[in-house]
Amino acid sequence: MGVRLILKDGCLTALLSGEIDHHVARELREEIDGTAMRTRPSVLKLDFSGVQFMDSSGIGLIMGRYKLMQTWGGSVTIANLPPKLEKIVSLSGLRDLCSVVKEVKEVEGEE
Amino acid sequence: MKAKNEMRISFPSNSNNEAFGRAVVAAFAAQLDPTIDELSDIKTAVSEAVTNCIVHAYRDTIGMIYITAKYDDHGTLQIKIRDKGCGIADVEQAMQPLFTTAGEERAGLGFAVMESFMDKLRVTSKLGSGTTVTMQKNLARRVMKNG
Repeated sequence: MGVRLILKDGCLTALLSGEIDHHVARELREEIDGTAMRTRPSVLKLDFSGVQFMDSSGIGLIMGRYKLMQTWGGSVTIANLPPKLEKIVSLSGLRDLCSVVKEVKEVEGEE
Repeated sequence: MKAKNEMRISFPSNSNNEAFGRAVVAAFAAQLDPTIDELSDIKTAVSEAVTNCIVHAYRDTIGMIYITAKYDDHGTLQIKIRDKGCGIADVEQAMQPLFTTAGEERAGLGFAVMESFMDKLRVTSKLGSGTTVTMQKNLARRVMKNG
């Protein structure tokens, strides 16, 4: 469904896709937290490149993960935010809490 | 507002209807040939209002959510989202950014998003009988290509 989790070198990447609203955020939260609490990564990277829509439930999702990561001194990185989602992220003030990065995707021979 | 076209839908406050509600309004708004950004603003604002009905108005119950939308000759789109839920005790306080009464990881940004993504927002509420959110967006008319 809406998230694929990859753990590598202490960084847990959550590849999000589809539309993030209140209905979907609930499932994403459970999925991400389950793995994060088990593996306690130092960085949780939320990758939004596959997300077509997000309302303030997505902001709540990011803020909640920020709080969770704080409990063991970890941090949250917001990666590959599509231009469409920039407006709501700016409005939320999340840029003060999380680093926002753009990454050029490595092509990993998935043909 | 003299409506050139209008529509109404209603659906129960199940959270899987959030996507349905915003998609219907977006499909209606598409008749005004909005930009991608405008359409995204409308979808987001509708999603916030519908989520409020589900999370707040009908917190421990399921009730009906009513949406009407219309537009006029000048490209002004008006959307009304109404519930018959618990109502808001203090609308002004509820509209403050970051204010929230829902425990479940809500950012408290719903009204702030509606306000900044739409051109006009009005909220009327009565305790015990429900809330109506009225939003308006002026869709910039663009030059029609070849009529």
